[in-house]
Amino acid sequence: MSNEIENVNHADGEVAQGQPSRRDVMTMVVAGQLFGVPVLSVQDVLGTQRLSRVPLAPNEVAGSLNLRGRIVTAIDVRKRLRLPPRPEGDAGMNVVIECSGGLYSLIVDSVGEVLSLSGTAYERNPATLDPVWRDISVGIYRLKEALLVMVDVARLIGTTRAEAA
Amino acid sequence: MDDLLREFLTETAESIAVLDVELVKLEQNPNDPELLHNIFRLVHTIKGTCGFLGLPRLETVAHASENVLGKIRDGEMSASPKAIGLVLKALDRIKSLLGELERTEAEPAGEDSDLVGQLNALAEAGDAEETAPATEAAPAIESAPAAAAESDPAPEPVKAQAKAAAGAAAPKAAAGVNGAKAPAAEATLYERFGGESMIDAMVDGAFQGVMADPSVKPMLERVDMDVLQGHLRDFLAKAMGGINRCKQGQLKRAFQSAIERGFAAPQFQAMMGHVDAAMRLLEVPADVHADVVKVFATVRDEVMAGAKATAPAAQGAGVPANGQPAKEGGVADQSIRVNVDVLENLMTMVSELVLTRNQLLQILRSQTDSQFAGPLQRLSQVTSELQEGVMKTRMQPIRNAWAKLPRIIRDLSHELGRKIDLQMQGQETELDRQVLELIRDPLTHLVRNAADHGIEKPEDRRAAGKPEAGTILLNAYQQGGHILIEISDDGRGVNTARIKQKIVASGLATEAELEQMSEQEIHQFIFRAGFSTAQQVTSVSGRGVGLDVVRSNIEKIGGTVELRSRDGRGTTFVIKIPLTLAIVSALIVECGGERFAIPQMSVLELVRASSNSEHTIEMINDAPVMRLRDRLLPLVSLRDLLKLGAPEGNAAKDAYIAVTQVGKFIFGIIVDRVFDTEEIVVKPVVPILRNIPMFSGNTILGDGSVIMILDPNGIAAAASGERGAAEAGEVATHGEREVGDEERVAILTFRAGTRGPKAVPLALIARLEEFDADKIETVAGRSVVQYRGSLMPLVPIDPSCKPVESGRQPVLVFADGERSMGLLVDEIIDVVEDVLKCELTVDQPGIVGTAVVAGRATEVIDATHYLTQAFGDWFNRSSAMLEGNRQRRLLLVEDSAFFRHLITPVLSVAGYDVTAVDCAQKALALCEKGVDVDVIVSDIEMPGMNGFDFAAAVRSSKRWSKLPIVALTSNTSPQQIERGRAVGFDDYVAKSDREALLTSLAQTMAA
Repeated sequence: MSNEIENVNHADGEVAQGQPSRRDVMTMVVAGQLFGVPVLSVQDVLGTQRLSRVPLAPNEVAGSLNLRGRIVTAIDVRKRLRLPPRPEGDAGMNVVIECSGGLYSLIVDSVGEVLSLSGTAYERNPATLDPVWRDISVGIYRLKEALLVMVDVARLIGTTRAEAA
Repeated sequence: MDDLLREFLTETAESIAVLDVELVKLEQNPNDPELLHNIFRLVHTIKGTCGFLGLPRLETVAHASENVLGKIRDGEMSASPKAIGLVLKALDRIKSLLGELERTEAEPAGEDSDLVGQLNALAEAGDAEETAPATEAAPAIESAPAAAAESDPAPEPVKAQAKAAAGAAAPKAAAGVNGAKAPAAEATLYERFGGESMIDAMVDGAFQGVMADPSVKPMLERVDMDVLQGHLRDFLAKAMGGINRCKQGQLKRAFQSAIERGFAAPQFQAMMGHVDAAMRLLEVPADVHADVVKVFATVRDEVMAGAKATAPAAQGAGVPANGQPAKEGGVADQSIRVNVDVLENLMTMVSELVLTRNQLLQILRSQTDSQFAGPLQRLSQVTSELQEGVMKTRMQPIRNAWAKLPRIIRDLSHELGRKIDLQMQGQETELDRQVLELIRDPLTHLVRNAADHGIEKPEDRRAAGKPEAGTILLNAYQQGGHILIEISDDGRGVNTARIKQKIVASGLATEAELEQMSEQEIHQFIFRAGFSTAQQVTSVSGRGVGLDVVRSNIEKIGGTVELRSRDGRGTTFVIKIPLTLAIVSALIVECGGERFAIPQMSVLELVRASSNSEHTIEMINDAPVMRLRDRLLPLVSLRDLLKLGAPEGNAAKDAYIAVTQVGKFIFGIIVDRVFDTEEIVVKPVVPILRNIPMFSGNTILGDGSVIMILDPNGIAAAASGERGAAEAGEVATHGEREVGDEERVAILTFRAGTRGPKAVPLALIARLEEFDADKIETVAGRSVVQYRGSLMPLVPIDPSCKPVESGRQPVLVFADGERSMGLLVDEIIDVVEDVLKCELTVDQPGIVGTAVVAGRATEVIDATHYLTQAFGDWFNRSSAMLEGNRQRRLLLVEDSAFFRHLITPVLSVAGYDVTAVDCAQKALALCEKGVDVDVIVSDIEMPGMNGFDFAAAVRSSKRWSKLPIVALTSNTSPQQIERGRAVGFDDYVAKSDREALLTSLAQTMAA
């Protein structure tokens, strides 16, 4: 338990003050936008999964699935970020992440490569960013061909909880 | 953290837990060498380890405590409450230091010279320090245990030290006492001995020794020592030629219970040893000493006359105290310490294994003739055994959760000035570790509660005729798949009246609602949030947080808590909890295309409902219900509750009902399909789903799919709206009772006055008459009519109503003996047979309340009101007429407020002095209070205790056993009547039959 929390804090800290250093980020695409999560927090990447519905759960909770005997709660990132739903027939990919003791799966459109990003490319959130986005983003990386939104996983999941309450 | 430090912290924490218990024990048995030795050893180990690890603060405190304990062990000091208290304080300091150490991995800065100073001072001074500020006779008392040591086979040097220690304090007392009353040569033994104060000192001193003597103490455990010593003093005073306050035989009676427990000649001899020691300590001159011993011979003759000479049995009782321990060491070698995480992990793995096994078995079922069948069977069996084994590692005796309680009770009893004896039974009962953790706090809370609210102050207890020391009894035992834990005290019980006040004050229920509730139902209110009846907020309890938390904590783990209380006799809490939480048997159901698990524990039965079977789902204003065995079962649609969307087609009528019980609330959950039951591993849901109250967790089924586990508590709460589950339970039992009440009675409806229709039970009315308007006369402002040779007063329904001017005036005639009264009405509407369910109103004279009669809201009139209007002395007169001198007292036990209102006037009219109560418990309480009555009329169907049980209880009571009892009921089937007679009812009368009741009463009373 304490280890997990340490991990998360560690990851956050790295992002916040680690501008000059490099960090490994797993990229993923949601509605054409590039996102990144710390690669070390990712447990698994899965294709489309059969989900069990969780009635009464917050809107973005897509359901739960069984990952080798552990229960994973799936969060539809599109719904979380108030984006239009995926086209019919595209169930997306699952990025399984461990966060404060629970396993969550982020459902995204597709998963990209792992990049090692330099701190010099890092920028704070632009002031004009939508509040929902600003809330889950710890900053932006300027890549050559696109901008990458670095996701604060605890926030992405944690705010979910706040909204539900 | 350093492994060594971690190990030290675990070990020391354990030692301290043991020390807490052992020290409290030592305080009760100050002379148990085995206990003392164990305590000394533990403190010594703590000190040693602290020194080794370089923890100077801890070491100093431990060392100072060890010093004090060393003195006690060597007999230089007695284990007085003060000394024990100080050592316990030192332990608390060690605990807080350890807590700090665990957080920061370093010993906190600061020093403990205050505490160490006190400990050292105590060790230096020994008993002298303690005795110095004591009162005149006290020195002898305080030092007597040391003196008593002389009669024990203690080694020689110790004896000498004891003598020295005792001697230092004793002469003062002797001189002081003797000096006041100089002995004269020709004086009686009483005067030579030093009078009453010396006798007191000697008896006190001797009994201090006796109570510490394991060969005698067990026999005196149940004896009130104050009484015994008092009688002994009186007897001695008289025998020595002093004041005679002694009553014949009282000393013998005081010793009676001790003798029954095996107090015989050898014990008396032992007691004499202590008397001897006490006298030597008081420096009684040799000749006087010898005479006093002779006096004791008469004591022996007095006390021991008739005592059995059964020494062996008695000695057997004394031995175990010394011979018991010593087997500890062996057990320790057989066990190893395992980190809890390892066990938890193991448990998870086994759970997975079980699931995989289930999956395999499922595959196997679809394949006939598989070569895997044999090995899989074996695998299955081994898995089951493994699961059981791992479960066992998680089991811990409940003793672990109780270990802190003796210390808490000790501190509380000091703080509150109460004497409390904590008894624990069933300490070896085993519980899952997780469950144990979860009930630890609720248990502690309940025990504190019992000490603070339950047990009274010693003086109050004495006044109530109870022993000064209150008892709190903890009892744990297994019953089926549950563990039951009872926490009972013999204190004052729950104050129902005050709870009622509080309920009304806080608006949880109205007085009328309370009127309908049994005592038990009312008591359950104390589990509500913010509900405390303690008038004073103490540091212990009374802040109104707690019992609701206790209840919710226990319900969280699928348990229940109930309260039983008897006024003045004590309170019992019963906690029922499942053996384990990890694996439960669950019923798998489907609803809206999703599967869910319902814990089997709370499912009573399954019922299939369809439009063409005997059970159908019916709707009352969109609320689904079902008739199940003559009861209306409230239903909850899982589909609606979980917002699973509308069903396809018209499948709604075809459904399964899982009849579920939560506390006392029984309801049905409507589901689409029911599958098997399966053993499931309960896994907690992730934090973001935790605030959905319908689910208690989730699990993975044998086929690998994830499903949610329904929480019957949450569903019950949601089903009954805002109310909690238990409250819903109260509502349900209410409904149940009202169904029982709903007997049909003949009701006369009429119109009178300005408002809508009115009603009166036909049974109250003698006749219906119509008088010509011109027959009605007015005398002194009141209307009267000549009726059957006398004048009958006519009473209007309200003062504004006047008799008709012309035509015919309808009148309802109420009659009693020779007198009758007419009630003026406008129009008689009808006589209907209906259920009279009356909503009581209080503010309107002449109206009992409103009821729906024949589909219309109707006011039910209060006949009593009009009878007294007609004849102010109606009741008195008739009683005087019927009885002559004394009214017969009648106790009416009837839970329905309406029937009480109905029958009371009838009976009053007939000349009975009626006391009406709403439940059997209250009636029995009256009996206990010593209220006398002449006859009892009781309902049969009542909540709580029914009429049959009540009659049986009355028959077995002392005071009322011979009283005639008449049953009043709507069910007059021959079987019922037979049953009624069997339990002691003298007669059995239908509720609606007024005449029959009066006849029956007259007959039974005459018989």
